[in-house]
Amino acid sequence: MTSTRSLRVNRITCTGQGLCAELLPELIDLDEWGYPLLKDRAVPDQLRTHARQAVAACPRLALHTDRGRP
Amino acid sequence: MNSAAMMPLALPHPSAPPGETRLLADWYTTGRPATLNDHLTRYGPPPVAAALGSRTSVPLVEAVEAAGLTGRGGAGFPTARKLRAVAERRGRAVVVVNAMESEPASCKDQFLSTVAPHLVLDGAVLAAAAVGADTVHICLPRDRATQHRQLSAALDERRRARLDPVRLRLQALPHPYVSSESTSLVRWLNGGPARPQGSPPRTHERGVHRRPTLVNNAETLAHLALIARYGPDWYRQAGTPDEPGTTLVTLSGAVAATGVLEAALGTSITTLLDRAGEPTEPLQAVLLGGFAGTWLPRAHLHTPLARRDLAPLGAAPGAGVLIALPRAACGLSETAQILAYLAAHSARQCGPCHLGLPAVAEDFTALAAGRADPGLLPRLRRRTGLLPDRGACRHPDGAARLAASALRAFADDVDHHLTHGPCPAAHQPPRIPIPPATPPETWR
Repeated sequence: MTSTRSLRVNRITCTGQGLCAELLPELIDLDEWGYPLLKDRAVPDQLRTHARQAVAACPRLALHTDRGRP
Repeated sequence: MNSAAMMPLALPHPSAPPGETRLLADWYTTGRPATLNDHLTRYGPPPVAAALGSRTSVPLVEAVEAAGLTGRGGAGFPTARKLRAVAERRGRAVVVVNAMESEPASCKDQFLSTVAPHLVLDGAVLAAAAVGADTVHICLPRDRATQHRQLSAALDERRRARLDPVRLRLQALPHPYVSSESTSLVRWLNGGPARPQGSPPRTHERGVHRRPTLVNNAETLAHLALIARYGPDWYRQAGTPDEPGTTLVTLSGAVAATGVLEAALGTSITTLLDRAGEPTEPLQAVLLGGFAGTWLPRAHLHTPLARRDLAPLGAAPGAGVLIALPRAACGLSETAQILAYLAAHSARQCGPCHLGLPAVAEDFTALAAGRADPGLLPRLRRRTGLLPDRGACRHPDGAARLAASALRAFADDVDHHLTHGPCPAAHQPPRIPIPPATPPETWR
């Protein structure tokens, strides 16, 4: 059973380490200060594994995927 | 500073149609703040038992929904939905009255809680009954000692009269701009800094002491207290079908009488300015919604103060703040100074806000001063576009709205400043009273 997932950044915990944009460039860009810009919140099925890796790699635990559409 | 700068209007202008003064009716009749005795004589005790619904009354939540009441703190969220979200949670709830009003150009909540404190408190007590709360926290800024004293006296009156079935506690909070955000209040009441919290859990799920928490603006609760007594049909007699009721408006800038008045939603901005004794000099724009608001050029001033009419202009009624800017002032330098203030008041928690806001403010200052480099305008537009929806609260969104609307409303001035340098007015002191752009001293 698959369900749609959407990306969320906890803006207070995020310190702009930038790993998320390296691991998930399809959905995440960085601004000039290195903070994430979500190009699209909805995670397409083919990117679910990458999204999960990006969430796990964030040293600040600031990236999340929530169940449901954005 | 705003309490000294803005004296309340003493009387409604004769053109104020009857039925448009509700919250301020007593004030206009007597010209003095209502004591508990005055209040009970006019309105009777708050119908707390009826708020729960019975054979003879509709539950308050349903009455508020039928009335179409929306929040008067700025966001305009449907009040009934908030009430319901808290009422549906398990466990004793908490009610928080947001009377922080940290918008420097607004003084309507301060005025209302001075002249009609018991309407606000009735609303809080009724909302508490409706959502199953046993405690009400009334949050005031610490730097408003007079307001604190007045509300404290009002609470003493109620205690002596054994009026309320819930505990009412007055709280004095630090007063940075973002401290009036609802999650800032909850965080402070839980022992933390008065900074926005952001992200889940939501306040209605887990707020003060981990209990479901209802946070409402002071004016919203006063409207609710009247709906509980007179019902939704009465409430809908003023305003428009989509946006019923009245709202408090704070007028300042180039008008004869600055201060607070009450008007039906849907009243045109021109009419509101006329009720404040008309502009004192030709206007070029009105800043609607305060420092986080939208500049409306003169051509749009006939627009009704209603969400539906203002949305196409990128504006909203917000907390009812109108600042009239005279033609002789420089809209760009006024905006630059407001942006510098907003940047200084960032809670410095989220990167896009604490780095983005100062950068936007700095470029705006350079533009206003005629010191723009060739890359300035595209850079300013790009950075402004990256502020919204990237913070724990809506502070960066508000600053972006202000900056973007200034570039639209003062487009000719932008061209002039870029090609010929600053206009003569840019060297004048600002016409809008703007507090110093210094970071807040404390968040606790």
